[in-house]
Amino acid sequence: MEIITKLLTETFGLQLDNTGQLVAGGLTMALIMALVMATCAIVWTWAERKVAGFIQSRYGPMRVGKYHGALQPVADMVKILGKEDIIPDDADKPLFVLAPIIIFIASLLPWAAVPFAPGFIASDMDLGLFYIFAVSSGAIVGILMAGWASNNKWALYGAARGAAQMVSYEIPLALATIPVVMRTGSLNMNDIVIGQQGGIFHWNAFHDPFLFVAFMIYFISSIAEVNRGPFDMPETESELVAGYHTEYTGMRFALFFLSEYANLFLVSCIATAVFLGGWNLPVGNAVVLPGLVFLAKAVLLVLIQIWIRWTLPRLRVDQLMHVCWKVLIPLSLLCLLGSGILLMVSGEIAA
Amino acid sequence: MSQKLVDSLKSEFGDKIVSVNNSCGDESVLVPGDSLPAVLKYLKESESCEQLTDVIGVDYPERTERFEVNYLLRSIANKSRINVKVAVEEGMDIPTVSDIYKSANWAEREVFDLYGVKFRNHPDLRRILCHHEFEGHALRKDYPIEQGQFLSTPEKLIDDIEYHGGAFRADEVEGEDNPFDLLNVNIGPSHPATHGALRIEVQLDGETIVKAKSEIGYLHRCFEKEAEDHTWSQVMPYTDRLNYVSSMLNNCIYASSVEKLLGVEVPQRAQIIRVIVSELSRIIDHLVCICANLVDIGALTNYWYFYNIREGIYYDIIEPLCGSRLTTNFARIGGLSHDLFDGFEDAVEKHLQKMEVAIKEVTGLIARNRIFLDRTVDVGVLTTDEALSYGYTGPCLRATGLDYDVRKHAPYSGYEDYKFDVPIGENGDTRDRIMVRMEEMYQSASIIRQGIQKLTPGPIALDNASVSLPPKESVYGSIEGVMNQFKLISEGIKVPAGEAYGYGEGANGELGFFCVSDGTGQPHRLKVRPPCFPIFSAFDEIIEGLMIADAIAILGSINIIAGELDR
Repeated sequence: MEIITKLLTETFGLQLDNTGQLVAGGLTMALIMALVMATCAIVWTWAERKVAGFIQSRYGPMRVGKYHGALQPVADMVKILGKEDIIPDDADKPLFVLAPIIIFIASLLPWAAVPFAPGFIASDMDLGLFYIFAVSSGAIVGILMAGWASNNKWALYGAARGAAQMVSYEIPLALATIPVVMRTGSLNMNDIVIGQQGGIFHWNAFHDPFLFVAFMIYFISSIAEVNRGPFDMPETESELVAGYHTEYTGMRFALFFLSEYANLFLVSCIATAVFLGGWNLPVGNAVVLPGLVFLAKAVLLVLIQIWIRWTLPRLRVDQLMHVCWKVLIPLSLLCLLGSGILLMVSGEIAA
Repeated sequence: MSQKLVDSLKSEFGDKIVSVNNSCGDESVLVPGDSLPAVLKYLKESESCEQLTDVIGVDYPERTERFEVNYLLRSIANKSRINVKVAVEEGMDIPTVSDIYKSANWAEREVFDLYGVKFRNHPDLRRILCHHEFEGHALRKDYPIEQGQFLSTPEKLIDDIEYHGGAFRADEVEGEDNPFDLLNVNIGPSHPATHGALRIEVQLDGETIVKAKSEIGYLHRCFEKEAEDHTWSQVMPYTDRLNYVSSMLNNCIYASSVEKLLGVEVPQRAQIIRVIVSELSRIIDHLVCICANLVDIGALTNYWYFYNIREGIYYDIIEPLCGSRLTTNFARIGGLSHDLFDGFEDAVEKHLQKMEVAIKEVTGLIARNRIFLDRTVDVGVLTTDEALSYGYTGPCLRATGLDYDVRKHAPYSGYEDYKFDVPIGENGDTRDRIMVRMEEMYQSASIIRQGIQKLTPGPIALDNASVSLPPKESVYGSIEGVMNQFKLISEGIKVPAGEAYGYGEGANGELGFFCVSDGTGQPHRLKVRPPCFPIFSAFDEIIEGLMIADAIAILGSINIIAGELDR
């Protein structure tokens, strides 16, 4: 944010007091973030289709735009904006309308604490990591609202599954990041990234075996948290028709869709920042093109998630809960214990 | 067929056997309705007739006892079959045998639906193919074929559960006191996993299916009624629409059933080509079944690995062979419609190799995949005995560990000359059903290669003017040819009066055609015995107590093709 305010005051010659700086800087940052995120989500829909096509020995979109259907997302957006917006007669209208908005907001808010590059963070708050988990849980409310308000049994089942799954998987997700917080001694996202300077073995994921397992737990849980295959229980198009958004059409459906991709990118960005050294290069202490390095890592993680989605069959809902409560949570607690002991023994513990 | 069974029945029941008949090698005994359960029980217990293949009604309006109900029984152990007949007067009823053979439940419902024959003590005697508000009985000869009925109200199956099930109350569910916790959900008729139009009404406790009831008939297109209104040859394109995934198989088995009734045998080359295209169809059917099943389980990518192969076979082999992909209409009574095209052998070999690569890829993705195994192993288990009682045949029966394959058991079209194995499963669960199909594709490929080796030039149709159409030169060049063509097309093949049950190994099990001819050019009765029908009748029982996701996976693995199920 400092960069933005600097830019505003120095380049555009705006005279701003502290509050003005905060407001103008914040608004500009929010605008940039929202635009970037929405664009990313749209680009990801295209990327997912191309990667899926590559995996499935077909082409994916090829017609719109000159190069490999590059303008397909734009065409999709135009189409989806022109679609009829249907609200079922028996739906609970206020909730029905509100649900996609809540989910979309819940997928926008966490971006405020994602550190893309030194100084390039919308809000450098001390509780960054905590804030991210807190606001992204709002999506659960949205999913429940969508499922309930649709007045459709499939949607209700999707919502119930979604709520159970997201509430459950938030636990290993958060537990897996606690060893990192202990090592860094801070919840501030910037501090977490800076604490990983000095090459690949200073990155949290590769620092010690416990943290590596924690990273794996985080990665698996994050796929479940964003409801993607093989954990796409709330949708399961072959079982629940389309899950909680069965009754949604047009732009409202697009909001669900976009927030799914925004969340996909978000969890990858968080994994990058918390476990994979953020903008730090694998060797040396130098900071070179930090934003690009950060994005490269996040994109790699997204691609892996797409790869997993198109490779694995889907779990059954009870097996999903089994994985969470009987495997991931005990494992993450063990990691917590293990890395705590390691910190004490090595004397690295933050006082 | 088996003279031994007839003798045994004669010695056991003596004068209760009204008459014994042999038509085209099929033995049948006529028994009075009241002694039917005793006869069937005896056959099942003493003569190891494990399976009731089908129950078939035939209407003879001129007789006093106008309806004849045929019970086709099979002993897999003794490789014998027998047809037990019962004659029923209009308005009279006969005792049900659904307590002896579970497959009789749906089969009797069908006879009731289409002919109005009532079965005493049947547990659930409702219409099955026709709409529940339908008036009259569609297959009676006095029901006019043009008479349509406008019916719109959906059937409330859940009321039926309470009414017909009688004892079912929510509080019988273990650990569940509150009846309001159970939710009724319709899976289908339009649902992504039903692959056709079926409806399964389930009563859910959370995600667990407490009670299930399925309804079929959404795709009923009156195949059998239409067949009675067409000549034997005109029925051929209709058979394409039974199991539309493997229509070649339907064509070939239908043709060979009518040939059985005619008492003719097609030339060697036609037989080999029939075997080759049948096995190609079987491969296509298995590819589609497995890939769709995997999509139901959530493994989407496998779909394209298999579907690309299927489309390759369709575009490069089936379409050049007969001009269309799905509705092949390839076989003819007495032979085939076309000979093979140039380069057929190379095209087949190319696609078989591609198929083997694809099977390896898909097996690699699923065979040791933990999620796949968790989803399929020990899910939807059916024991061999139950499967036999329900009338299972084909891969679903073999998955339970019994190696019943019509191609080995009662070879037709020269299958006895081919070397191939019959893969079997162990547990009869979803995984076994998938893996049996995988292995069968390799075996089919081997049969196709052997068939191509055997191919020698020769005629592809019988040289018999009363069965096969004359060659085009003769039609355009001579008056006899024109007359011959005209008679065969307008009057149909004059199949001698009699009845025959012709059957073969369809992709999904035993596909049979029960043909009754009265000597005119049109079938008096043509009953299809679709493999799906008995298989699906067990579905409710299999899925009760499992979860929705399991039900979907099982539905895919038993490969229900609605076109064949509903006819």
